[in-house]
Amino acid sequence: MAATYDPQIRAVLRDHARLPVDVESLGAETDLFAAGMSSHASVNVMLALEDTFDLEFPDAMLKRSVFESIAAIDAAVTELCAAA
Amino acid sequence: MTLAVDADRSFVEQIRRIGEEVAAVHADAVDHDARFPEEAIAALREAGAMSAFVPVQFGGAEVSIAAIARACFELGRRCSATAMVFAMHQIQVATIVRHLDGEWFEGFLRRVSAEQRLIASVTSEIGTGGDMGRSIAPVTPDGDGFALEKQAPTVSYGAYADDLFTTARRTPQSEQVDQALVLHHRDQTQLEPTGTWDTIGMRGTCSPGFTVRAHFAFEQILAAPFATVMNETHVPVSHILWSHVWLGIATEAFERGRAFVRAAARRNPGTPVPAAHSLSRVMSELTMMRAEVESALRDFVAFNDDPERPDLATLTSVLRFNNLKLAASEQAPRVCMGVLEVIGIAAYKNDSPYGVGRHLRDALSARLMVANERIHSVDAGLLMIAKEV
Repeated sequence: MAATYDPQIRAVLRDHARLPVDVESLGAETDLFAAGMSSHASVNVMLALEDTFDLEFPDAMLKRSVFESIAAIDAAVTELCAAA
Repeated sequence: MTLAVDADRSFVEQIRRIGEEVAAVHADAVDHDARFPEEAIAALREAGAMSAFVPVQFGGAEVSIAAIARACFELGRRCSATAMVFAMHQIQVATIVRHLDGEWFEGFLRRVSAEQRLIASVTSEIGTGGDMGRSIAPVTPDGDGFALEKQAPTVSYGAYADDLFTTARRTPQSEQVDQALVLHHRDQTQLEPTGTWDTIGMRGTCSPGFTVRAHFAFEQILAAPFATVMNETHVPVSHILWSHVWLGIATEAFERGRAFVRAAARRNPGTPVPAAHSLSRVMSELTMMRAEVESALRDFVAFNDDPERPDLATLTSVLRFNNLKLAASEQAPRVCMGVLEVIGIAAYKNDSPYGVGRHLRDALSARLMVANERIHSVDAGLLMIAKEV
């Protein structure tokens, strides 16, 4: 199944993740940190996701594993949007 | 439970005695000559302290992290260099114990227990701007094994260690943030000095730069990614153990101030001692520092209640232990400065029983080992996104 928010997430990554590779070439499960996303860039990604989807990640979700792949981000965004 | 508490207590008492009987005796010479605290480290080895945190099943004493922290404090009061070498070694041991994976590392822990091996770390690298979360040098295939060559600006007690724990890019194709930790023995390593270590403080840690070249087997690469190790162990444990060392330094400086004031009071019984008033101000600084250091340790212990350690993976946790480092590293020299002013010239003299020059100089290293400005810039980013700080 294609990720629900895949295009918006890729747009955020393109603008903020500062990856050395083309975002379109990433698989849904590709490890974004291994692909070169720094901790500093990941914070900007989190901020941009909050802005894009008009949500707030609770502190318990602000951890590496939640932002490590497009699929993981999609699951988190889906969960928070459903709860909203 | 009682057994564990007893083991902790007798361990700390043993370390305190080594601090008093050995480390304190040589502290001035270690500082003056910028030499490795060999007597104290030998005594710690003799006591089995190198494997204090190693689980019993691998031959260690399995004391708690709180006991290790307390030991850092006790050593810090007597000889900062001994305390920092001890603390840095325990950080490496804690990393292996908490991210243990594979028979090779289990066998290595047994060797640490049996041989009381001393482990140094090679995390900093020229060209990364002090960012421990990035590596330039990669692990490369080399003949029947693997190799790395890293330009390290400082390697504490590198020349005295039996093993080195080095960060590197996991493969030559890996990005800089995709790091692995490699444990290589001294006899697998070539250390070419690239500088000296003639510093104003922490002189006995003997931490010059080196070009580090190592050849090792695949099993010597820790499976856990360094990013995970950093969040769950390396950063919080480093900041907790270092800050206990600094608390020890500040406490000793304060005690010298107190001894001075008491001596003054005894000379003129009944007359007020103006220095006592200033010392009271220093005491409140020291008390704040102690509160922060001890509460961070309690938080860390609580964050480990869940074996999956989800709390340690959060950005709030990063902020928590960064704040400890910032607070303790700024407070320790402030306490030493305060004592210097309480005592006056007798504290400024190196050969006086009230001297705090060594303590002040050693404490000044705190804000530089992982520069506070770098930590502030990390925190500045996290502040934007963390909800509860």
